[in-house]
Amino acid sequence: MAKRARYRLSRREFVNLVVGALGSIMGAVVGIPIIGYLVSPALKAQKSEAWIPLGPLENYPIDVPTPFNFTRTKVHGWERTVSSYGVYVLRTAEDQAKVFSNVCTHLSCRVKWREDLGQYACPCHDGFFDKNGDVISGPPPRPLDQYETKVEDGNLLIHFVEG
Amino acid sequence: MTEKVLSWLDERLGLTTIYSVVLDRKVPKVNWWYTLGSATLFLLIMQILTGIFLTVYYVPSPDHAYDSVQYIMTGVSFGWLIRGIHHWGASLMVVFVVLHMLRTFYLGAYKYPRELTWFTGVILLLATLGMGFTGYLLPWNQRAYWATTVGTSIAGTVPVIGPLIMRVLRGGTDLSAVTLARFFAMHIWGLPAIILAVVGIHLYLVVRIGISSVPTEED
Ligand code: FES
Repeated sequence: MAKRARYRLSRREFVNLVVGALGSIMGAVVGIPIIGYLVSPALKAQKSEAWIPLGPLENYPIDVPTPFNFTRTKVHGWERTVSSYGVYVLRTAEDQAKVFSNVCTHLSCRVKWREDLGQYACPCHDGFFDKNGDVISGPPPRPLDQYETKVEDGNLLIHFVEG
Repeated sequence: MTEKVLSWLDERLGLTTIYSVVLDRKVPKVNWWYTLGSATLFLLIMQILTGIFLTVYYVPSPDHAYDSVQYIMTGVSFGWLIRGIHHWGASLMVVFVVLHMLRTFYLGAYKYPRELTWFTGVILLLATLGMGFTGYLLPWNQRAYWATTVGTSIAGTVPVIGPLIMRVLRGGTDLSAVTLARFFAMHIWGLPAIILAVVGIHLYLVVRIGISSVPTEED
């Protein structure tokens, strides 16, 4: 190619530029819908929160972890899924309670209160937690998760947040 | 650098040969009617791509088919666009396949030595109609359900073996989950496999024999 002054666009360069620009626009017009189509369900916020009643507080014995189960319905795309959740209620005083999730903080197995040991035991990798949810031994990295609680008219409720 | 890579690849893959044989081949001076085949091929590619994307969310089961289509239309970004292209592309494809056939017929392009191109084209026409028939049921709405009831009943009017054909199409005496599943299988596996294979032959013949020119007065 003949040497030209720098600022002059040769015909070939101009064509390349236009083709490149139009090509990028067309690529975006086709590409963005496709990417949106594939990833949008993953990005939709699926937060759900609710105050879940666990019944009258006086039903729970003081100082004994007591299991409670409830279910939540969630819509995934074209399907409704019912998931069940388990918690342990530890009534610490006349009008107070701590509520622990039964999901092990290691890899999400379900822990079980063992009255004979006085500990929560996780069957998967021998994780143990004490009555207040703190780790005694095993791989779990942190204490059992607790729910925010409140007592209304003598009924215990927990604040369930998910997602 | 890119030059080097390209020539390395070309030496092994013969890219320039493919290019010159397929795209630089000699064609007679023809008119716009001769672009219908390429238009059909473009539509086919669009149908394949949008169809693949639709299967990401579509579920071929009576309890979820309708809901999953609704989900594609309202729950997924651009789902309406992908399904819309597939929906309209399907009708357009039938139109273009038929126009392509009419062009070939009226301009006598099916004659020697292109009989096999015509013959494979007939298979492609039938397979395209089969795609339309099987695809129509998949949204599993009232229209789809009754259209397929009628369509399979028509097959049932064939003398002697009609009732058997109808039962095979439906996978039983009635339209059911079995019908939906087998229509889906034919729509995304069976017929596309046939279409791709035969399109391959069809295009090979077009490249090998070349296209016919517009007939003149002497022809
Ligand atoms: S999941 Fe509980 S100890 Fe590993």
